[in-house]
Amino acid sequence: MNDEKPLSLHVPEPSSRPGDKPDFSHISVPEAGVVRKPEIDCTPASIRDLAYDMVRVMDDNGRAVGDWIPDVDDAFLLKGLTVMLRTRIFDERMFMSQRQGKTSIYVQCRGEEAIACAQRMALSQGDMCFPSYRQQGLLIAQDFPMVDMINQIYSNSKDKLGGRSLPFFYSERDYGFFSISGNLGTQFMQAVGWAMASAIKGDTKVASGWIGDGSTAESDFHSALVFASTYKPPVVLNVVNNQWAISTFQGIASGESANFACRGHGFNIPSIRVDGNDFLAVYAVSKWAIDRARKNLGPTLIEWVTYRAAAHTTSDDPTKYRPADEAEHWPLGDPIERLKTHLIAKGVWDETKHEALTKQIKAEVKAAAKEAESYGTLGKGAVPPVSEMFNHVYKDMPPHLRKQRQELGV
Amino acid sequence: MSRKNMIEAIRDALDVKMAQDDNVVVFGEDVGYFGGVFRATEGLQAKYGKSRCFDAPISELGIIGAAVGMGAYGLRPVPEIQFADYILPAYDQIASEAARLRYRSSGEFIAPITIRTPTGGGIYGGQTHSQSPEALFTHVAGLKTVIPSNPYDAKGLLIASIEDDDPVIFLEPKRLYNGPFDGHHDRPVTPWSEHELGEVPDGHYTVPLGKAAIAREGSDVTILAYGTMVHVAICAAEETGIDAEVIDLRTLLPLDEETIEKSVKKTGRCIVVHEATKTSGFGAELMAIVQELCMYNLEAPIIRVTGWDTPYPHAQEWDYFPGPARVGDALRKVMGE
Repeated sequence: MNDEKPLSLHVPEPSSRPGDKPDFSHISVPEAGVVRKPEIDCTPASIRDLAYDMVRVMDDNGRAVGDWIPDVDDAFLLKGLTVMLRTRIFDERMFMSQRQGKTSIYVQCRGEEAIACAQRMALSQGDMCFPSYRQQGLLIAQDFPMVDMINQIYSNSKDKLGGRSLPFFYSERDYGFFSISGNLGTQFMQAVGWAMASAIKGDTKVASGWIGDGSTAESDFHSALVFASTYKPPVVLNVVNNQWAISTFQGIASGESANFACRGHGFNIPSIRVDGNDFLAVYAVSKWAIDRARKNLGPTLIEWVTYRAAAHTTSDDPTKYRPADEAEHWPLGDPIERLKTHLIAKGVWDETKHEALTKQIKAEVKAAAKEAESYGTLGKGAVPPVSEMFNHVYKDMPPHLRKQRQELGV
Repeated sequence: MSRKNMIEAIRDALDVKMAQDDNVVVFGEDVGYFGGVFRATEGLQAKYGKSRCFDAPISELGIIGAAVGMGAYGLRPVPEIQFADYILPAYDQIASEAARLRYRSSGEFIAPITIRTPTGGGIYGGQTHSQSPEALFTHVAGLKTVIPSNPYDAKGLLIASIEDDDPVIFLEPKRLYNGPFDGHHDRPVTPWSEHELGEVPDGHYTVPLGKAAIAREGSDVTILAYGTMVHVAICAAEETGIDAEVIDLRTLLPLDEETIEKSVKKTGRCIVVHEATKTSGFGAELMAIVQELCMYNLEAPIIRVTGWDTPYPHAQEWDYFPGPARVGDALRKVMGE
């Protein structure tokens, strides 16, 4: 007798689609302050539970609780609030500029500002980040001149990348910001190589690698974990789980079967899952991982749990694949609002000051955008010289390229 | 000065550069303690330590991705891919990253990497130990592609590649590791110790990238070749009695167009020979360039002698490999005989 039944393929589906009521019941949100803070030289096995739990510092009333409260002063936190706010307002302005045809495409990091901003504030000068395209906060947290960012976004005459790269593919060596590539995941492996180099040279600098939930499915993610596990270089491996890879929910990257932090344990890499919208938690865990790296204790894998509140890019319409109001139901809230609540609860901030700061940053961003516009926008006004197209392919221009440049008459 | 085979010349080049420059690091599968499956890195770990020469996990993308990161830091990595046939998992890191890093960052980050990898057939290597993937790299802007045909050039070109600030794909014809090979598989092979190009100077010297060599002077027809095919072409010229000028390209990109143009304008005829498959192979580029530069000097159509458009077979090795008989036929054909 044959009792075999036909097999069927499991294709994961998100908890809600357009028209449905948003449902985040699959995300369990533990109370703030309950997850312990281990010693930085702990064994990975001794903190396995931290990969399944969620480090949170700020409670619902904005109070900081538990072992992970970072040792920072109010000025530092106000700076954190300022750079997050600046990142968001910058994004909003650039989104509008794209709609006005001043550039071809833009990508916002709305809702994820805390992660890049706080980690950058935990890193030191000389450390190198290998970002994806959604970590503009790494630059803004260092007070990088916004007008230079916009020049690049506009591909104008002052674009230091000579118009060769897509908008927001910045490269800022002096600010520890590695050249962004369109090919997903590649930089995660390169971060490990950079950290290996720092170790080979007996340096004290650390690398910070960045990848999204969707891109963890790329082979580079696996290779990076293998190399990080083998050579134990000073690298912080950041997985930004914003629940969405364009239209694909994180379950398609197998996030439904197991979270992203716990993957580090197969490689004996200490791994922690963190509330990505909690500035204090992001700073504290980043600092912990950076200290580990700098003390030659090896890599750390961190999953930042957050939500991609905006469209994937200006070319994307998320209402076609998820509920329009999903962001409002996200259980971890908004990173800027939460830090603001914390600072107000502490009595060092209030609505009036916040409004004034918002106004001031809007003016700054507007002025920067205006200045950048005076140097040209995509294809209009002053543009990079055509000859730039042939530069930097090689260190020295080989004869065949020289010939092609002459053929074009530039 | 001493006689060396190609493996020894390559090892010597690595030794010279590692001694000279602390930033040179060598790594790959089995290259550390064991010294490489072809012995090219033998003794380097013992001499320079495990942080300068080390074994890597079996991950070509990881090996090259790590090298890109190391290059961005300021090192000068010389990673090895065990066989050119296995370089494809690293293709994204090579073509999308190493090749474009300088361009997309306006020179802020560079990838001064030399990827060494054994290439070519004629060794009963079958489908995955015989391929010649050079056209996959010459088609990528930002890469340099180098392939030596003898120990002297191997050392000089490898040192020049390591010193070059651009990423270099350094293809080593494994059939030539121990001695020159003219395609006569039925005859005993003479070792490099009996060949004048096995004479390798001690210490530092370079053979410049982008410069071809005239391997055999001649006046009837120009043969453009590289790697193992240089020796096959010389043999075919001797056997047919046709006075062919054999150009060993040495660097495929950037290509030494000047030497090619001068030779073809002198002979009026041209044959292109490579082991790689024919369609869209590097030979097509060579034919196009010769046609553009020398159209009015050509007295016959340019002929390609290449591997067939099939995967590299095992049992049919010598019917696939373009040996001296096939090159000889092409020589007679181009001469109108």
